[in-house]
Amino acid sequence: MKRIGVFVCHCGSNIAATVDVKKVVEMALLEQGVVHAEDYPYMCSEAGQQRIAEAIREKQLEGIVVCSCSPRMHEATFRKCAERNGLNPYLVEIANVREHCSWIHKDMQEATQKAVILMRAAVAKVHLNTPLQAGESAVTKRALVIGGGIAGIQTALDIADAGYPVDIVEKEPSIGGRMSQLDKTFPTLDCSACILTPKMVEAAAHENITIHTWSEVEKVSGFVGSFTVEIRKKARYVNMDKCTGCGICQEKCPSKKPLSEFNRGLNTRTAIYTPFAQAIPNVPVIDPNACIKLKTGKCGICEKFCQAGAIDYTQKDEILTQQYGAIVVATGFDTIKLDKYGEYAYNESKDVITSLELERIMNAAGPTKGHLERLSDGKAPKEIVFIQCVGSRCSDDRGKPYCSKICCMYTAKHAMLIRDKYPDTNVTVFYIDVRTPGKNFDEFYRRAVEDYGVNYVKGQVGKVAPQPDGSLLVHGVDLLENKQILKKADMVVLATAIEPNPDARKIATMLTASIDTNNFLTEAHPKLRPVESPTAGVFLSGVAQGPKDIPETVAQAGAAAVKVIGLLAKDKLKTNPCTAKADELRCNGCSQCANVCPYGAISYETRQVNDHGIREDRRIAVVNSALCQGCGACTVTCPSGAMDLQGFSNRQIIAEVDAICR
Amino acid sequence: MSCVEQIKRISGVEPLKCMKCGKCSASCPSFNEMDIKPHQFVTYVIHDDVQALANSRSAWKCLSCFACIERCPRNVQPGKIIDAARQLLIRQRGQEGLSADVIPQLLDEETPQQLLMSAFRKYRR
Amino acid sequence: MKYSYFPGCTLRNKAKDLDDYARACAEKLGFSLEELTDWQCCGGVYPLGADEIASKLPSVRALNAAKEQGQDLVAVCSACYHVLKRVNDDMANVADIQTRANNYMALPEPYRGETRVLHYLEVLRDVVGFDNLKKQVVNPLTGRKIGAYYGCLLLRPSGVMAFDDPEDPSILEDFIRALGAEPVVYPYRNECCGGYISLQDKEQSASLCRRITESAVGFRADCLVTACPLCKYNLDKNGALPIVYFTELLAEALGIKEADK
Repeated sequence: MKRIGVFVCHCGSNIAATVDVKKVVEMALLEQGVVHAEDYPYMCSEAGQQRIAEAIREKQLEGIVVCSCSPRMHEATFRKCAERNGLNPYLVEIANVREHCSWIHKDMQEATQKAVILMRAAVAKVHLNTPLQAGESAVTKRALVIGGGIAGIQTALDIADAGYPVDIVEKEPSIGGRMSQLDKTFPTLDCSACILTPKMVEAAAHENITIHTWSEVEKVSGFVGSFTVEIRKKARYVNMDKCTGCGICQEKCPSKKPLSEFNRGLNTRTAIYTPFAQAIPNVPVIDPNACIKLKTGKCGICEKFCQAGAIDYTQKDEILTQQYGAIVVATGFDTIKLDKYGEYAYNESKDVITSLELERIMNAAGPTKGHLERLSDGKAPKEIVFIQCVGSRCSDDRGKPYCSKICCMYTAKHAMLIRDKYPDTNVTVFYIDVRTPGKNFDEFYRRAVEDYGVNYVKGQVGKVAPQPDGSLLVHGVDLLENKQILKKADMVVLATAIEPNPDARKIATMLTASIDTNNFLTEAHPKLRPVESPTAGVFLSGVAQGPKDIPETVAQAGAAAVKVIGLLAKDKLKTNPCTAKADELRCNGCSQCANVCPYGAISYETRQVNDHGIREDRRIAVVNSALCQGCGACTVTCPSGAMDLQGFSNRQIIAEVDAICR
Repeated sequence: MSCVEQIKRISGVEPLKCMKCGKCSASCPSFNEMDIKPHQFVTYVIHDDVQALANSRSAWKCLSCFACIERCPRNVQPGKIIDAARQLLIRQRGQEGLSADVIPQLLDEETPQQLLMSAFRKYRR
Repeated sequence: MKYSYFPGCTLRNKAKDLDDYARACAEKLGFSLEELTDWQCCGGVYPLGADEIASKLPSVRALNAAKEQGQDLVAVCSACYHVLKRVNDDMANVADIQTRANNYMALPEPYRGETRVLHYLEVLRDVVGFDNLKKQVVNPLTGRKIGAYYGCLLLRPSGVMAFDDPEDPSILEDFIRALGAEPVVYPYRNECCGGYISLQDKEQSASLCRRITESAVGFRADCLVTACPLCKYNLDKNGALPIVYFTELLAEALGIKEADK
């Protein structure tokens, strides 16, 4: 019988206001083996830990139970406390009487009863706990950044500057991401390309950075410090070593129909293309769905004109396998599809556009060479209406429940730029709220109103009605005047909600990183660990984690880099000793456990076993404890009950259940 | 049961879901005929002033076209609120919005039965 | 294919020939409409109040009668279709209404929304198929520019009606195209004509209809097609362009309308 101590935390009033902590102490003392029980306002405090230390020494405790908050908060704290005082850290159990009890109950009697049950279960378990020793694993000193937008570029630069090699994987032909599509940036109105391209160049030139564009992550295995990643390098049909980037191939390409992704489909590109002039690498790709040579075997014009002999129609996709210690997800965003918003006539009229499309129209390298004009007839618009929150803040099935965060500011920017460059063009903004929390943000918005005469109307638009003369009749409301507004406009710009890149879910699944209902990656703690995924070794950068603007993205990118550097700076990582282990007498080598193991940690060996005096060779499962993450999938799959998880053995779990049912 | 409870029960609407975007009022074909505007309906329920809603011109002017219900980004369904307010009224004796006596003078050769039926259902118990 | 058929009050009286066209066209297109015996008026408007039961019972009776026939229930009038479909949704998904209506009806077997409610246009689209319909057209309406007028009741609320895209529908345009005419898309095709307001406030309905017809004329429509007798009545009052019921157009294209004249 172990000598067990029980420590009940008040957590100020978080627990004590709903759970009768004295009662829990009293009940704990009735449990078998409990030789010490006490309560204290803050067990995690210095003084609280001191009391645990004293009890361990004075009562020669062999196991302790702390009734407190979630183990995610303070399990590590109390394990360290035990270890400092000569008790193996795995002889500590947490009974979560806060998140699982006091926070979700109102009735004190019920909550107390539940807290007692949780305490009993933990005591029953700790009786069966065995001392475990953490192992060590090596750290591969190389990082992978998925996504080559401003988030990925900044993260890669910061990691590389600290001396560690980084690979950027970008699925488009060039790095640069969304920011490369923007014309100007708020609140300073500096040119987006002017501040982004130096960073792109720096990344390309950095000795520690390798950029894989036109590439996608295909498979991820391993664990923190030692990930193995397969990267698909899509066939570019252009030899990157030979190409000089002269651009003659794009001039001569006869296939001119495909819509330009970079210009949001507002104009076309050629089949062989670089998305934009400052592309990095400045090496084109051939779109196999548009290339006449690849589709029919005839043409070959680009090859004929290429002086460098760089065109290679025989290229195939390549798979690159690489080891990494850490992975950063920087997969960014796209705007939502507007198919379900027929009332805004986006599909019906060319002059109803998204804000990102307006960025391209305003940009000198865009489809209109930077002239503000209607895409339907090329005329200069004299009345422009902006509609905010299109698809944001929606609890229906059409939009997103969150605020996209950047729209208020970019709309103020667009409105201001238009009024500045085209003073005889009127701009009206229909808004629900104008949200401008950020340094110099509200001042920026006020400038749009006060200095540039942008007409802000509080209210939404119900319908945009295209008129026979090509104008757009906007049916809106002014809630402050309590009047319906009918406004004839030449152009309507929709502040379309943003959503995570459609690949985010696929990538999160590969990484076993958690993701929320909106497909944003979840942080390990929303306040205190905002750039880490709960999956060790996986970090978050940019809009993949949640809507944010450029300054916030760059700040988060740096923060993620610091976390990666902190990890790569270590030579060894302590591994979790709660790993699976096969009982050789029960294992029949059926392979089911290996099939379900997400970490590839299980292999088989033929071993001589002595089964009740009979010696025979058997195929037995062997768990590589460095790879095993203790998920437990094998233990529930094993048909013969041979697999067990150390620290969470079947006996321990059953003892807990028994205690709860007692 | 209080009027507010009744209106919530009849309409099935949770007024606190409204974020006051005004898309209902922007969409309403009867907006100019209404004294209380569609985006204001929820406020009257929240402020326990259902009587004002029931006595409003709006209660008789809603066309049940469901544009507000369709376009509301928060699933508030303002059209159901005003319909419930009208029902609170017409369920009381002598509060009908259409008298059988006036019907003959409202008809013409082409009047479809559907029009009479619909108006009766909307304006009378 | 045989369907239970709910003609509705207006098609039985003021718009009798529309009903005749619907049946005759159905026979020609290979399906038949079997009128429910003893159907009662659907009420014209769906009772929005969550506590209203009695006014939904005529619809429940019709729905249950179709269930007993083992047939889908077809309506031609938008209002009937709207009311039947929404009451059916209540009977399938709203426990309180289901229980109370069944308690009242005391049917041998409770009704739980089993019947599928179809609009005649849905039968044309999903069962006959517009491509197939096109093949059966003998008098293609070539050269005619026809605007679809959907109104409210076919489309909204889309969650329950699930008829077409509520803001950018296409079924009537596809129908018009199948008959050989050119559909005219104009923005007010799904905006309200005033509905029942026209009984007491003709001016309000007229002003809404003006906006609709002026827009359609602006986009060069030479007539409007609708599926609702009340919409047709309100729009007709406006007189800006001819308003045609879709079954009439169908009968014309299939050569039925001329034959009986």
